[in-house]
Amino acid sequence: MSADLEWTTDMDDHGIKTPILQVDDLAISYETRTGDVPAVRDVSFEIQRGEAHGIVGESGCGKSTVAFGIVNFLGRNGRIVDGHILFQGQDLVGRSQEELRRIRGDRIAMVYQDPMQALNPSMRLGDQMTEVLTVHRDVEQKKAEEKCIQMLERVYMPDPANVMRRYPHQISGGQQQRVVIAMALLNDPALLIMDEPTTALDVTVEAAVLDLIAELQRDFDTAIMYISHNLGVIARVSTKVGVMYAGELVERASVKDVYLKPYHPYTQGLMRCVPRLGMDKTSSYLYPIPGRVPSPKNLPAGCVYEPRCDYAREECRLKKPELREIEADRWARCHFAEEIAQVSWEPPADLVPDLAALEERDEVTETILEITNAKTYYEAPSKQLIGGEAQYVKAVDDVSFGVKKGQTLGIVGESGCGKSTLVKTIIGMEEPTGGEFEFMGVDVSSPVSQRDLALIQELQMVFQNPDSTLNPSFTVGTQIGRPLRRFKTVPGDQVRAEVVRLLEMMRLNESYYNRLPRQLSGGEKQRVGIARAIAGRPELVLCDEPVSALDVSVQAAVLNLLLEIQEEIGTTMIFIAHDLSVVRFFCDVIGVMYLGQFAEIGPAEAIYAPPYHPYTEALLSAVPIPDPSVEQKHIRLSGNVPSALNPPGGCRFHTRCPRRTEMLSDGGTICETEVPPERTAEDGHRIFCHIPLEDLRQMEPVVTTTE
Amino acid sequence: MTVSERTLSTVTRPSRLQRIKESLSILWQSKVAVAGLILVLFWALAAILAPAVTTYKPNTEDAQAINQSPSASHWLGTDHKGRDLWSRVAYGGRIVLVMWPITDSFWIPGGVAIWGVLIALAVGSTLGLMSGYYGGWIDEVVMRILDAMMAFPTILLYLIIIAAVGASATNVVIAITIAGAPGVARLVRSLALDIRTRDYIAAAETRGESGLWMMFVEILPNARGPIIIDAMLRVGYAIFSIGTLGFLGLGLPPPNPDWGSMVQAGHHYIFNNPWGVIWPTVAISSLVVGLNLLADGLREESLRYQ
Repeated sequence: MSADLEWTTDMDDHGIKTPILQVDDLAISYETRTGDVPAVRDVSFEIQRGEAHGIVGESGCGKSTVAFGIVNFLGRNGRIVDGHILFQGQDLVGRSQEELRRIRGDRIAMVYQDPMQALNPSMRLGDQMTEVLTVHRDVEQKKAEEKCIQMLERVYMPDPANVMRRYPHQISGGQQQRVVIAMALLNDPALLIMDEPTTALDVTVEAAVLDLIAELQRDFDTAIMYISHNLGVIARVSTKVGVMYAGELVERASVKDVYLKPYHPYTQGLMRCVPRLGMDKTSSYLYPIPGRVPSPKNLPAGCVYEPRCDYAREECRLKKPELREIEADRWARCHFAEEIAQVSWEPPADLVPDLAALEERDEVTETILEITNAKTYYEAPSKQLIGGEAQYVKAVDDVSFGVKKGQTLGIVGESGCGKSTLVKTIIGMEEPTGGEFEFMGVDVSSPVSQRDLALIQELQMVFQNPDSTLNPSFTVGTQIGRPLRRFKTVPGDQVRAEVVRLLEMMRLNESYYNRLPRQLSGGEKQRVGIARAIAGRPELVLCDEPVSALDVSVQAAVLNLLLEIQEEIGTTMIFIAHDLSVVRFFCDVIGVMYLGQFAEIGPAEAIYAPPYHPYTEALLSAVPIPDPSVEQKHIRLSGNVPSALNPPGGCRFHTRCPRRTEMLSDGGTICETEVPPERTAEDGHRIFCHIPLEDLRQMEPVVTTTE
Repeated sequence: MTVSERTLSTVTRPSRLQRIKESLSILWQSKVAVAGLILVLFWALAAILAPAVTTYKPNTEDAQAINQSPSASHWLGTDHKGRDLWSRVAYGGRIVLVMWPITDSFWIPGGVAIWGVLIALAVGSTLGLMSGYYGGWIDEVVMRILDAMMAFPTILLYLIIIAAVGASATNVVIAITIAGAPGVARLVRSLALDIRTRDYIAAAETRGESGLWMMFVEILPNARGPIIIDAMLRVGYAIFSIGTLGFLGLGLPPPNPDWGSMVQAGHHYIFNNPWGVIWPTVAISSLVVGLNLLADGLREESLRYQ
């Protein structure tokens, strides 16, 4: 082990730069019942020491497979069919487990998406961490413990000595991920592979973990391979980035080059379909990439991207392009990369949006939904065996707002802030504890089972998870047809025609009528879910994170579809999301929720510019933005979201508020005791904060473009 | 709704036949399942085609040929009354697998074991769906009653029921139903609890669907995989129990051949003629093992490529 280490150091001292990891023409296949699936083909890249190399791509493009190939963790049915993986100059392919262990030692560490799967739930964190040192390296128990505590301090874990004695479930998700990262670093790895380490975390926690990763990379001189589907996250942590598509690396260059001047048409397409923070639907349009990713069992003969490419030519269909160096250190897999980079992209004629129409929409003043002092509490079982006072989880606590006809209200906030509960209460799946709910002049505080069919029809919902939104046992046609039959929207003999019309509205053709949900891709399932929701022609559609489980190119298509529907049939929408760029793009009015209450609510453009509520400010500065030319304020929230079972008194945000001590004359003591007043700025923009509006207005905008 | 679905299905519906084909293709993948299927099919075919594949009547006694070993004229030998064992074993499978005699002259297709399990499935699924979907006090009441029933050892439950209502094919079906339904209900309840949390259930609720629709249309079809596998195992247990009842003399009335009573009758002569015990025992155990293998193979194969 130590000999290995010296050997590499020597090489570096002599000025020969050996990459820590060099992958050459890697190809990986999985065996399945129906034959081999070539999941990864022709992937080549290298990572130098101290470099963070991002791998970005949509789901199923093979990014994780590459990582698993490197650590030889492909499972029973996967194997490397071609190529080499050189780790510190030695080939890892074709070696036995024992040899691999000797070469690799503990010099490659991996951090996965879900920290709970990496930590043993029945062992104290301290024991798990020291084990890494005592078992692999024969370090004494005492010294190992000291080293672990140091490492936990290094990853900014509060009170590390105490954390060592806890079990994984006793710390939060962000802290768990910190422990996993600390554990990975304990052996001083030469290569750290991170596979979507922040995807399961909330945006404010994610921002802090990303800061940590960037800092560790500087200090430890470790090579990092960072895998993510999120362009913004990659932009924040990595220096170089490789873009993967359908199992191939299509472009590889520095972050700045890839994001600002991409060569490959796929990369260009990706950049066009992510909403940037600040874009909105009246001034911009998302251009989805047409078609879908080819199945690895049925790849095109030429370029893999040819069927979806705007610039495709005869040559692209016949000849497979190689990944070639177009400029110094800029690689792209395209026959015509130089040429394409010169052309300015024109959207195809049928995609040119009618933005004017959106802007011309009449100002409606009719309020369709009016909610006053809504409260939804869940009773938590008492901890005492007999009696004991009932405790309540205050999921939604005193929320008031109105939605105007034809408008879209966006609700943002971290997980557990009560946004889903609020929507479920409106639709009648949860019974409200208090407050008034008025929809089109009718009281809707009763649960759905007690509502009239006519009322049920007016309120429909689009769900988050494409894999569970459709009943797997029934065909698409049956499922869209069901609300039509139930609400008698059309006469019985016209149901099929109406379903086909709805499918066409969703850009799906008639052949989908008889398909089962498992024959559809994620985006298609979500479209069928939308079709089912709008089939009864509801007045209000509640969307619970409808695009957050989708890939960016699919997300763009679904967002466009929702916009079109809204324009066509004038539906009012409530749109829940945690992605602030998507909400900004899609919604007219936005409410920011924190612990069951609104921190701020107002017109979209007002929320994203000062005056900010301090919580909104922190959220905005945490959003990873896929644009290296943008500067963000650096505000990080400390601590965790407090439990809704026992929320802090006064202003609920006071325990984490970074602004109250500096902006309030009394140092923010008022926030701890008194409920913040409602401060109204222009256009019905309401901020619930003790800090006077004038002072909030003085804040600098969070996002600034530097060019 | 089903009516209009049928008319539509004439156009391009690929589903039903293709789906069956697909599930069968899973079956061929697993050697274990194929082995199980061969065993089960052997006994099912022997029972169905009993008149064609046997040369003697099952109840014909031949005083000249008692307690014989297997030979060319009697393939599996004969019993203490000179009846052909192959013929009795083949006909013995009929009542468990092929026909349920309701009266002396009237029978319906499908054996006692199969009908018992089917009715247990119907009753158990309904109870389980109610418990799992509604929860709350309905769940408490239903499950506590079923727990009480499950507290009885199965064989004791059979004995009590048969002793109370008398031995007949119909009463055996009733006994299997009563003994099997609580287990089915438990399984279906746990599946329903899981399926209830899916978004499509929420979608149906926001359409204001009725409880019956929720249970039988939205939930039940998605629980079918584990239910089918459980049912196969249950048919096996039922055959076993019928054998036990027959051995204890509480099974199906003589002289019609029944595997359990054949063992019972043969065991008096076991030292003279072990074949009278061996063949019906082999029949029971190989059929039960076959069903278990089939169920296991299907379960493993369907889990492997999810």
